[in-house]
Amino acid sequence: MTFSSPLSTVSKYRRHKYAGPVLVVAALLTIGSAFSIASALPSATKMTAAATTTQIAEGKKIFAAGCSSCHGLNAEGSSIAPALIGVGGASVDFQVGTGRMPMADMSQQAQRKRPVYNAEQTAALAAYVSSLAPGPSAVDGANLNYERDGNTAQGGELFRTNCAMCHNFAAQGGALSQGKYAPTLMGVEPKYMYEAMITGPQSMPKFSDKTITPAEKLSIIKWIKAAQNEPSLGGATTGRVGPVTEGLLAWLLGLGSLIGIAVWLATKAR
Amino acid sequence: MSQKERIAGGVANYVDERTGAAKWLNKNLKKVFPDHWSFMLGEVALYSFIILLLSGTFLTFWFDPSQRDVIYNGSYQPLQHVQMSAAYASTLHISFDVRGGLLMRQIHHWAALLFMASIIAHLLRVFFTGAFRKPREANWLIGVGLVTLGIVEGFLGYSLPDDLLSGTGIRIAEAILQAIPVVGSYIAFFAFGGAFPGHVFIPRIYTVHVLLLPGAFLALITIHLMLVWYQKHTQYPGPGRTEKNVVGYPLMPVYMAKAGGFFGIVFGITAFLGAVASINPIWLYGPYTPGQISAGSQPDFYMGWLDGLVRMSPPLETHAFGHTISWNILIPGLIVPGILFTGMALYPFIESWISGDKKEHHLLDRPRNVPNRTALGAMSLTFMMVSLINGGNDLIATHFHMSINQIMWMSRIGIFVLPPLAFVITKRICLSLQRADRDLVLHGRETGRLVMLPHGEFVEVHEPISPEKAWTLTSHIQPQALSTATEDANGVAKPKALVNKLRSRMSAANAEQMPAATATEAQELEGGHH
Repeated sequence: MTFSSPLSTVSKYRRHKYAGPVLVVAALLTIGSAFSIASALPSATKMTAAATTTQIAEGKKIFAAGCSSCHGLNAEGSSIAPALIGVGGASVDFQVGTGRMPMADMSQQAQRKRPVYNAEQTAALAAYVSSLAPGPSAVDGANLNYERDGNTAQGGELFRTNCAMCHNFAAQGGALSQGKYAPTLMGVEPKYMYEAMITGPQSMPKFSDKTITPAEKLSIIKWIKAAQNEPSLGGATTGRVGPVTEGLLAWLLGLGSLIGIAVWLATKAR
Repeated sequence: MSQKERIAGGVANYVDERTGAAKWLNKNLKKVFPDHWSFMLGEVALYSFIILLLSGTFLTFWFDPSQRDVIYNGSYQPLQHVQMSAAYASTLHISFDVRGGLLMRQIHHWAALLFMASIIAHLLRVFFTGAFRKPREANWLIGVGLVTLGIVEGFLGYSLPDDLLSGTGIRIAEAILQAIPVVGSYIAFFAFGGAFPGHVFIPRIYTVHVLLLPGAFLALITIHLMLVWYQKHTQYPGPGRTEKNVVGYPLMPVYMAKAGGFFGIVFGITAFLGAVASINPIWLYGPYTPGQISAGSQPDFYMGWLDGLVRMSPPLETHAFGHTISWNILIPGLIVPGILFTGMALYPFIESWISGDKKEHHLLDRPRNVPNRTALGAMSLTFMMVSLINGGNDLIATHFHMSINQIMWMSRIGIFVLPPLAFVITKRICLSLQRADRDLVLHGRETGRLVMLPHGEFVEVHEPISPEKAWTLTSHIQPQALSTATEDANGVAKPKALVNKLRSRMSAANAEQMPAATATEAQELEGGHH
């Protein structure tokens, strides 16, 4: 053969000993990326009455499969999990959307983790739970224009009065009793902060619109975002958790290096 | 002689003829100090104090120690138009609108932490080497006074900016004042000029922080150093070093250069910390109002142990004769620190009473050679560490995924169990180190070289240590137990029999030692088969 066509080049490697594994890896990569692209595409959910009915049915199915073992077949609750009748879509959206539910294990508190259900499934679950009894409905993040409607300084005052006692002065989180904790608010999406305020998940109290008005809630979110995005003024932070880490740094880096230098000075003199 | 030398000589002669300074300087510039890195811990404290004075003076130019209400209108946007005290507003002003203000504030705070840390390290060095013994008991007392004042001064500085964290600290100080039985509430009313928080507390503590306590520090530090000068510095034991001499280098030029350079280094490291590491970001805390608090409110580390003690104390209260006694604050906030600091102050006298040692000491102890004292120090440190760790229990809980209640219970049990355990373990370690010293003197250093003897036996070759080292390892004083007979010759009990018994028992424990190797022992071994 005087020339080789591309096909024949491929065909030459067809029986190569690595051909099989390479093909398997390539196939897996293709399928995997196709799936992740597909699942990342925003699914347009039209809240028509018909869609809601199918959504509720879909939600009921997911609920029966993933939630009912603890929350009961009809969301009536059990000795280990609360009833979900009347908690509303906001609570479902917060708990499932942040990955807290379903719980990984029966520890003190549900931790934030990668969500188990995608946005569509979460919406279906929310629709199902909302259909049981009315409650606060899930918040659409696009409607929370906290940058426009909030007031940072007022938000800071409200945060220090209502939130800092558990979440720390810079929203870094803090300890509660018996291993429970108030999580850090750094990087939390505004809609989940809003939902947490109106539903009071886990140890958190509920802040009704009479206690803190919707506008004030937006101010709080604006302040938290401002604190998160604030450049660290005055040098590297030591975690924004107060004097404990500062003391540690003073001893280890400050006095530690000075002792090192003192040893060096005393040695050199000989 | 050059022109310059002639002028310098003329000036020096002029001054000397009028003050007689040459003779004094000639004597004192030649003063000899021993050389060891651990003798420089106190220097770090001294230099930090100078840095504190300088940076603190800078801060006073702008700080307004007033609790009158103002509306913030500076350049930090998240606090725009918030109502706050003038003290807090001026601290924000220093941080954001004064050139170099934030750097100076941070240098001041880091220097304060370094000041306390180096005082504690210096105190531990003095304790573990027995530098507090006769004739230096008075200087030990001054040192205890300095560390106590340092805690107070630091706390006042932490309170001055009137941010949320400061106010929380002041609130706890008020609670501790109120916990004093009977008169507590009156004292608190007196200090705050009425109900908490009032409008007079910050101006009052400002005067104490910038005038009264720095003045006290200057006076005490001066006496502290004059006594070191007059009594001469202690030195570690070694060949050629006796109770009557000081082996080291003269002040001029060696220590002048060293101390000057070291001051520069301390200033440099403090300025470095102030420049690169944020400390106490008061703008994030917000202004103090009694209705607010932050999770994880902690004091600076030198108060952290006190906070830890308060955090672990069970909720005990007594109501009697119309008064409430809050044992939960009174015991950890006042009684325990009172016992600890009184014990620390009296320790030199207690030790000399137990050992019956009334001699002067200028040679330091190696900590292993005084097992009881070293063990007592380890025990106190363990107590402090358990308290300090519990002071940060909330941060430990969140960062290590533990339950704050478990940490509290571990501390409650640990505070009773761990210090005695530390005593026993440290004492055993000291005694084994003494045994190792003895072994080293008698059998020499293990060389790791194995030799096979003609008849097939393997032995490791030991090399004798140098005579200098052997002297250092054997020259220490070996205390004898006091024999305090409880009865006289006629079988009549002596007065204070109980006290005497206690003293002789403690003295016996204090004298528990591995005997140091003697020359005779060494000779016997050499003459033998070894």
